Amino acid sequence: MPLLDRDGFKPDSFTRVPEAGETGETAILVPFAPDAPPAPPAGNRALGIEIANTVRIDALRPHLDRFALIAIGFPAFSDGRGFSLAKQLRNAGFRGTLRAVGPLIADQFAYALACGFDEVELPEALATRQPAEIWLAAARAIRATYQRSHQAGGVSILDRRRAARAAAAEPGAAP
Amino acid sequence: MYRYDEFDDAFVRDRVAQFRDQVTRRLSGGLTEDEFKPLRLKNGVYLQLHAYMLRIAIPYGTLSARQMRQLARIAETYDRGYGHFTTRQNLQFNWPKLRDIPDILELLADVGMHCIQTSGNCIRNVTADHFAGVAADEIEDPRPVAELIRQWSSLHPEFDYLPRKFKIAVTGATHDRAAILAHDVGIAIVRNAAGEIGYRIIVGGGLGRTPMIGKVVREFLPKPELLAYLEAMMRVYNLEGRRDNKYKARVKILVHEIGIEEFRARVEAEYATIDGSATNADPAEAARIAAYFAPPAYETLPAESPAFAAAKAANPAFAAWVENNVFPHRQPGYAALTISLKAIGQPPGDASAAQMRAVADLAERYSFGEIRVTHHQNLVLPHVRQADLFALWQALGAADLAEANVGLITDIIACPGLDYCALATARSIPIAQALAKRFADPARQREIGPLEIKISGCINACGHHHVGHIGILGLEKRGAESYQITLGGDATENAALGEIIGPGIAAEAVPDAIERLVETYLALREKDEPFIAAIRRLGLAPFKAAFSGEVRHAAA
Ligand code: SF4
Repeated sequence: MPLLDRDGFKPDSFTRVPEAGETGETAILVPFAPDAPPAPPAGNRALGIEIANTVRIDALRPHLDRFALIAIGFPAFSDGRGFSLAKQLRNAGFRGTLRAVGPLIADQFAYALACGFDEVELPEALATRQPAEIWLAAARAIRATYQRSHQAGGVSILDRRRAARAAAAEPGAAP
Repeated sequence: MYRYDEFDDAFVRDRVAQFRDQVTRRLSGGLTEDEFKPLRLKNGVYLQLHAYMLRIAIPYGTLSARQMRQLARIAETYDRGYGHFTTRQNLQFNWPKLRDIPDILELLADVGMHCIQTSGNCIRNVTADHFAGVAADEIEDPRPVAELIRQWSSLHPEFDYLPRKFKIAVTGATHDRAAILAHDVGIAIVRNAAGEIGYRIIVGGGLGRTPMIGKVVREFLPKPELLAYLEAMMRVYNLEGRRDNKYKARVKILVHEIGIEEFRARVEAEYATIDGSATNADPAEAARIAAYFAPPAYETLPAESPAFAAAKAANPAFAAWVENNVFPHRQPGYAALTISLKAIGQPPGDASAAQMRAVADLAERYSFGEIRVTHHQNLVLPHVRQADLFALWQALGAADLAEANVGLITDIIACPGLDYCALATARSIPIAQALAKRFADPARQREIGPLEIKISGCINACGHHHVGHIGILGLEKRGAESYQITLGGDATENAALGEIIGPGIAAEAVPDAIERLVETYLALREKDEPFIAAIRRLGLAPFKAAFSGEVRHAAA
């Protein structure tokens, strides 16, 4: 399915496989079962897991450093659990790629990025109806937010105000 | 009052542009109706029975004269010349056109207002005590923290697609005028044994079809930790609140199903993983916001104005109005004044553009330009010199705004009901009008004393009937409207849910039935005993008996 990050659509380097056995792929995406976490694949292949938005962070926490990618399912765009799960994963120190999978809409792109997602994988029809320019524009619709973002270029009003205060308190500082 | 800085201003302008774009994409087919619906709801746009409705946020019920004038302008230009103040301290326009809404939003942004999160499954507009900064029993003004929450919750990336709507109310006083026990989260500003100021956090209250009184989740939360703690609570709710049934999706159901101890344990466990410094406002930011709410430049006045006393003595109608509509101010020589939007026979909470302008002018002249909206659907001029009250009363009279009924039996709360609302099962405004006419006599109203009637047009309870001293719920039974009467509800710190006193009755029978309840109270009350206190002392039995006698009589 089409995959998109903050620069637009891009090829998917991960291949979905049923389990992390011997395959030829360099990066694989497997379903995750809390009671039987997948073993690290042989060689330096990257392991990604795909989880439902009902999986508890506690089930993932012990294995986080094994995963290069975690894909979180959004069964419907109105189901916001994935945003909180992404936040929890980032708070728990997960540094790999976070992918949102499902019928998200462009207006949620900024939220997804702010919560720590890197990319969104969309159903084909939705990607046709909402092309890349719409997604990229939607990500920039609100130039600065009241919350701190996980996104690299995210601008927090709190930080802006803090910087303005610091500049005002320091006579002679650059405007 | 809070004033937008450049960042707040840019933020609401961006939101207007975003909404304009969303409307365009809906029209071009880029967004389906299913996708557009939550987007428009999160910007206060409802599809009602006859038209779109636009709900404007009035954060914690505070308005400036300038903002009020802009609302009057919008009412005249884009609506039918009036607006409707709601039980959540907001304002609704009932007749805007969808294509005009982006322009209305632009006009709102010009005066530092918006419609962000006045509907939808997100954190809604924050409400607070309408006597904030006025009441003598206040520990601290709740508006700075309400403003902080407004900003933090605005377009929150994690909490905009919650299982259901989420309402937060704040009070800083010991007497609860913000109904914090009937909100998803209630925040009380409290002082601990060491004398420090912090927050008591209540969770899981709410009305609707499963009314519940909130429970304490944290007895004392240090002030600087508020946003991180709220984040933990919202995250637990977002992840674990039910999504299988919209009637079971509010946080009250989660708290009820897992128990407050388990809910608290989950919140505290989540809270332990949060880096507070990334979420909490730093002290300088909290101080920046609080500075906007510093008291206005009061004059030094004697506690009692002699001119005011003389005017009361000379004019009994003025004295009666003062007795009902004026609230004591902590500043000597000042008063807070409630302007009733419950003129007999008018829809509760409606104000015409001319009335909005009159209130704006009077606020500028007499109340430092400040206005409040109460969740009883009235307006307040918060800082008026006692000596000015007589002139104000006369000016209000000229604008049809001098009804002396605040807190009395005709100061009725009613939701829009079947006159506007697509979900309604019965009318509520006409019931309020009929009751107001029945009890119109001012002397009789005063004799009855404080009595709150609240009316909802369906089980969703927007009229808060569960917490009315007398609650009236309009239902539909076999194709006809049927009204269920409850008794003994209370929205204050003594929060209680009313109990049903008998079978549902027809619309025409409501005034007589309420009359019987009032007569029973008058016959049985002790000296100076208010209605709600008499019900607590007597129980429901005598009222039930009177009610069923009336029902039999009506059926005969
Ligand atoms: S209580 Fe029902 S009828 Fe009244 S406004 Fe709410 S949803 Fe509409």
